[in-house]
Amino acid sequence: MLNNKLMDLKEKLIASFLVFENQADIDSPIHDVRSEAIKTFEEQGFPTKKEEAWKYTSLNSILKHDYSVFPKQENALDYNDIKKYFIHDIDSYKIVFIDGKYSSHLSQTTHDGMDICLMSAALAKPKYRILIENYFNKIATKDSLTSLNTAFSSEGAYIHIPKNKLVQKPIQILHFSTGHEAALMLQPRNLIVADENSHVQIIERHQSLTDNPILTNCVTEIFANKRAIVDYYKVQNDNENASLIDNTFINQKQESVASVHTFTFGGNLTRNNLNFYQNGERIDSTLKGVTIIGNKQHVDHNTLVHHIEPNCESHQDYKGIFGDSATGVFNGKVIVNKEAQKTNAYQANNNILISDKASINTKPQLEIFADDVKCSHGCTIGQLDESAMFYMRTRGIPEKEAKALLMYAFSNNVLSSVKIPEIKQRITKIIATKLGVNIGFDL
Amino acid sequence: MSMLKIKNLHASVEDKVILRGINLEVKAGEVHAIMGPNGSGKSTLAAVIAGKEEYEVEQGEILFEGEKIDELAAEERAHKGIFMSFQYPVEIPGVSVTNFMKTAINETRKARGMEEMPANEMLKLIREKAELLEIDRKFLSRSINEGFSGGEKKRNEIFQMAMLEPKLAILDETDSGLDIDALRVVANGVNKLKSKNNAVVIITHYQRLLDYIVPDFVHVLHNGRIVKSGTKELAHELEEKGYDWIKEEVNA
Repeated sequence: MLNNKLMDLKEKLIASFLVFENQADIDSPIHDVRSEAIKTFEEQGFPTKKEEAWKYTSLNSILKHDYSVFPKQENALDYNDIKKYFIHDIDSYKIVFIDGKYSSHLSQTTHDGMDICLMSAALAKPKYRILIENYFNKIATKDSLTSLNTAFSSEGAYIHIPKNKLVQKPIQILHFSTGHEAALMLQPRNLIVADENSHVQIIERHQSLTDNPILTNCVTEIFANKRAIVDYYKVQNDNENASLIDNTFINQKQESVASVHTFTFGGNLTRNNLNFYQNGERIDSTLKGVTIIGNKQHVDHNTLVHHIEPNCESHQDYKGIFGDSATGVFNGKVIVNKEAQKTNAYQANNNILISDKASINTKPQLEIFADDVKCSHGCTIGQLDESAMFYMRTRGIPEKEAKALLMYAFSNNVLSSVKIPEIKQRITKIIATKLGVNIGFDL
Repeated sequence: MSMLKIKNLHASVEDKVILRGINLEVKAGEVHAIMGPNGSGKSTLAAVIAGKEEYEVEQGEILFEGEKIDELAAEERAHKGIFMSFQYPVEIPGVSVTNFMKTAINETRKARGMEEMPANEMLKLIREKAELLEIDRKFLSRSINEGFSGGEKKRNEIFQMAMLEPKLAILDETDSGLDIDALRVVANGVNKLKSKNNAVVIITHYQRLLDYIVPDFVHVLHNGRIVKSGTKELAHELEEKGYDWIKEEVNA
């Protein structure tokens, strides 16, 4: 028996991998991929602040816990206790996990004309083998954290929408952690393939129900094939003992439209690595986010849009409001290849600091090799407009509500492109709660 | 009955003394005009009454309906029924005129222990008051003051006043930047809202607004003090002769 306490997390994970891979089906189609990935993780280790991409985010404080890598038991939850974490006022497909294990009780999956189901099933059954071989780990990068996830990938959402299929209701992917383990590390792995001319909307949320430390290292690969439309919403409103490293990779083919909205209001440390690759012409990519945090929370948005072919667009708009001693990072990289003429790339990152101790590091990185492109970027850091505050107060709107209204108006740009009204309402409500006010925003 | 009573008011901003002993009493049903050259302290007086925090009351007091208000926050003064029309209305991107008004009215009602105004009643009120100020319906869904012309901003200020129905309205340079048509609309709005239960204080550099909203009293502010008070004829005299004779009179 290994003495886990004496090992650091890296060693523990590598040792656990051997156990894991022996337990798992050795004939698994991804056996070689996993073995390769653990080697990459072993070589690289966890990223440190010495790396440019991690300059402002240290993982030290969250890596010190003695995380369970495999939860010991399957835990159950009563729907009524967790209903509030769902967008429950609309009909939806649901893929729900509790402590990393699939909960069939809480889920609503389908194989009717499309596959909205589980990664474990897709990995095990021969009928999915071709798709797995064609898509699994094909766009995920080979960095250490993604590789770590790849090595341990066994469960998550598997979504395949065939050609011309419009999914009528959104799909919710929810991960709950219950606290049955003293500390738990989760590594969900999602694969989403939207075939030609299909349309799908997905909502993803990670929610800890415990004060025990939780670390989630999630990887999602999304393939938006020709003319497909993929709308992805990430609701990050976890408690302050839960940290999330979220790695999302989106490969777009010609004329596809993909958007990712990230709403970050909670969590201890949240790092979003969001990568778009435009492999085709006339592609449209949207990356938007609202971050409202306080206390000692830390949120790091690390985006990449790689314009590979001509006549494509990308729109990035991230708004951040930081209070108390919260810290934020925005690192937005746009690469425009030499061939990607007529690219239209827009990036904005606007921030408001509402406390002297809060801080934000924002860094646009543009690498443009084509000569006929429109690329704009702008980042601002400011305070709430005092004259607007006074103006509102003279109309009878109290200070707190005036602040809230200003902050809501500030983030409204991002909310306006949310296509599911129930999500917009939910986010609005979370913002109001976060700002401690009770006013009906419906701007 | 006395609505606003200002006694020996001294106020400063960033250690610079601007008001040096203002005495003023405004009763319900009255219209007062405060005139004066640039830099005399007119806008400061308005801001101090409205509750701008940067302005420090050094001496004296402000009473509203007999109650001392100089320690109250701006919103608390608003809840009591004080309104200020801004010389330079502030743009608030992302907040529509309608929602701004809804929030203002409901927060005021909440502070007065009243229920929120039902949505249909609110809409009716908005429509009615917009008509009074000849404001286009489309205008109401735009972000407040954002991209509004000077005239539109001022009309919008009076629209807000009409919505909030204050007891005391302070109009700070409401006529500046208005063409004659807009001036008429604004003045007409104010006149329609005037009653024996409320009072208006017009702060202006020029007399022309006073042709439309006729004041009961005119005060001349110079160097932080009211140096002369009279009736509407004083305004005409100022228009004709300028402010220099007042300065000379004071210095003599």
